[in-house]
Amino acid sequence: MKLIRFTKKGLYCVPGKFYLDPWYPVDYAVISHGHADHARWGMKHYLCHYHSKPILQHRINSDISIQSLGYNEPITINGVIVSFHPAGHIIGSAQIRLEYKGFIVVFTGDYKTTDDGLTVPYEPVKCHEFITESTFGLPIYKWLPDAILKQQMQNWITTNQSNNRTSVFFGYSLGKAQRIMKMLEGMDDIYVHNAIHKLNEAIVSTDIKLPETRLITSNFNKKDIQNKIVILPPSLLGSRLLKRIPNAATAVCSGWMQIRGNRRWRSVDAGFPVSDHADWDGLLSAVKATEAEKVYVTHGSQATFSKYLNEVGIPSEEVKTEYGEDQLNEVEAKASTA
Amino acid sequence: MKDFVELISAVEITNKTNAKIQALVDYFTKASDKDKLWLISIFTGKRPPRPVTSTLMKQWCMEIIDLPEWLFLESYSTVGDLGETLALLLPEPTHKTDKTLSDWMQDVIRLKPKSEEEKKAYVLNAWSGLNMQERFIFNKLIGGSFRIGISKKTLVNALAKYSGIDANQLMHSIIGNWDVNSISFEALLNGDHINYDNSKPYPFCLAYALKKKLDELGNIEDWQVEYKWDGIRGQIIKRNDEIYIWSRGEELVTNQFPELIDAFKAIKPDFVLDGEILALKDSNVLFFNDLQKRLNRKNVSKKLLEEVPVGFYVYDVLEFENEDIRQETMAIRRQILENFFSENELPNYIKLSEVIQVKTWGNLKAIREGSRSINSEGLMLKHKHTEYHVGRKKGDWWKWKVDPLTIDAVMIYAQKGSGRRSSKYTDYTFAVKKDDGLVTVAKAYSGLKDKEITEISRWVNKNAIEKFGPVRTVKPELVFEIAFEGIALSKRHKSGVALRFPRIKRWRQDKTVNDIDTISSVKSLIHAN
Repeated sequence: MKLIRFTKKGLYCVPGKFYLDPWYPVDYAVISHGHADHARWGMKHYLCHYHSKPILQHRINSDISIQSLGYNEPITINGVIVSFHPAGHIIGSAQIRLEYKGFIVVFTGDYKTTDDGLTVPYEPVKCHEFITESTFGLPIYKWLPDAILKQQMQNWITTNQSNNRTSVFFGYSLGKAQRIMKMLEGMDDIYVHNAIHKLNEAIVSTDIKLPETRLITSNFNKKDIQNKIVILPPSLLGSRLLKRIPNAATAVCSGWMQIRGNRRWRSVDAGFPVSDHADWDGLLSAVKATEAEKVYVTHGSQATFSKYLNEVGIPSEEVKTEYGEDQLNEVEAKASTA
Repeated sequence: MKDFVELISAVEITNKTNAKIQALVDYFTKASDKDKLWLISIFTGKRPPRPVTSTLMKQWCMEIIDLPEWLFLESYSTVGDLGETLALLLPEPTHKTDKTLSDWMQDVIRLKPKSEEEKKAYVLNAWSGLNMQERFIFNKLIGGSFRIGISKKTLVNALAKYSGIDANQLMHSIIGNWDVNSISFEALLNGDHINYDNSKPYPFCLAYALKKKLDELGNIEDWQVEYKWDGIRGQIIKRNDEIYIWSRGEELVTNQFPELIDAFKAIKPDFVLDGEILALKDSNVLFFNDLQKRLNRKNVSKKLLEEVPVGFYVYDVLEFENEDIRQETMAIRRQILENFFSENELPNYIKLSEVIQVKTWGNLKAIREGSRSINSEGLMLKHKHTEYHVGRKKGDWWKWKVDPLTIDAVMIYAQKGSGRRSSKYTDYTFAVKKDDGLVTVAKAYSGLKDKEITEISRWVNKNAIEKFGPVRTVKPELVFEIAFEGIALSKRHKSGVALRFPRIKRWRQDKTVNDIDTISSVKSLIHAN
């Protein structure tokens, strides 16, 4: 019997009778992390890491049926041992480990292999089958160390301030925004959009501490904001709110900013390749560390990455899913303009 | 190289001309005179010949990184630029090299005659001493050209802002004959090596699109009617035996059109003429996309000169025998121009723009409709009793363009763009119905809004048949209105027709593949013209 079947509704655990990050409403959903393309509405029951719980309740609904666990706290569902392991992607993100009759499958959700100082760092988990994301599955993606990125971003803010400009960063309200906050902590006042503010509230309702921020209200005083730091969700690029920010210098924080064409496409003043996904070397080292016999590759460069794995002797197959940046963009856009 | 890296980073990310100019001014303020000269040299096409081909650079990089060829190509098609792809794929630097722009450029010159082995050793050493962004710039300095949107005009405007010297004079200076190693920055700016009095252009007089009814223009007798041509508006200056050609974008383009220099060289009087540079073959005007092959080349080959010969249609005369006559009326200037043509022997590709003789406004409509058959894009109406204005002034000059032809077609292939658009699908191939299937009729580069391009790219990603390579075959679902300037029967095309200058007018989200044109409805447009 196969432990995981790839179905139209999502990844289905056959003996366990539950789904992993399903994209259609099902009875029982085990959720890797709180991003909208992985944690969707309409499930009868949710299981996630306890740091993700308030995030799901905030994003989906406060009265959903939800159970949470810590990392490395196995439970058994219909004979399948289920446990969460740190994925290092965003706060509360988990790899989902399934064990049935000695056969182990690990589903990564999204992950990064470096420590961002905020999220519990990624831990490799040995398994027979590994289901990995591949958002940045090309060798052109190699992230700079956080210390260098942090320096670049801080230099950018300093230059902006000397030119009397306000530094506006764009990043997803869940994950990227908190990461930017952490990288810029202590530099100056950080203002965040309400979508980010609400998530911050959800996050600090657990045992996590975040850098101090202020809420940018719709009728903000221009004088307060001038020369400060503002973090907005990407859907507010070109928005009225942005236009009201005095002398805004704009920057996008995303792994895609590694490529000049992408930096230029966004029509912003700067692009910092700050990513919460594994880069090429990260993906390869993660795959190798699992010692898996078979690797399934989901969203991103699935065709390229699985072809390469096969060529280097790791049996691999690509899997079509409904996860990915595009999906996330769509849902984020609706959420933050609402 | 820190300042230069900062400049390139600042310029490449913005699409605002003012931000680019400011970044250049900052660079001019910080950089040494020698580096400034090299910068100007690089962005005006005065570069030393490249010592290393991009093929070799790719080969050396592949030896280092140990990745399969297909994966390299996949990476390249995502990045859209070879120098950048190499910079991204190479391993982390092992040491730090810091040289000025001038140092690097002197290296480029010294490297040219060296053996391949020596070149390889040099490049590999350089790569291992530079970070990603520096490496990218190094690759461009040594093996390629920068396409980051610093036009000559932007450069000149920045120099003008920095120095306070007139922009047109600076344009002549930087385009003139000079060499980094034999001129000082100050002398270059002051134009010690040129005589600006000889090249100084006049601002062009520009027309508004006609929005009124024709009879509101008054008596047709007061108007000079000419065909409007889609080439490059140009000003040809001859003073003291020197010839200069300025484009409307205030770029000095003299050397791109040797046949125009030849044509006017032997003429006695001095003059400044306003007209249109056009691709002309057997006295027929070709389309702008033919003329485009001739533009912005360092050297114009003999083959190209034969393939796309260029001519000049003269509209107006602004200066004659060293006298500024712009304040004379159109009628008087036209008389001077006609005399000039009858008194001087000019080759047949220098033509006086024809004045269309009509007695009533009513007759003009049919003439405008017929303009497409001679590859004209409509008509120009110029008031006979007005002077040659500076820039646009409403009421004296009108352009009355013919509407483009349009069809509805479905997208069947999509390809990624380059540069800023390298991450998006921007080049599409379109088909119309033929019998039970489809036939390709046009390929067009997207003229859509960024938001639409993003949406279409997302759709292509989801609906593509191929997984690798730059071209994607997609389900025939998305319908677009395609505009074009002309249509002719063609044996070279599978569809049997060739469209002239096709471009996307809009995305017809309200239409499905059932609503698109058929090849016979497309062909019927030929007879309608």
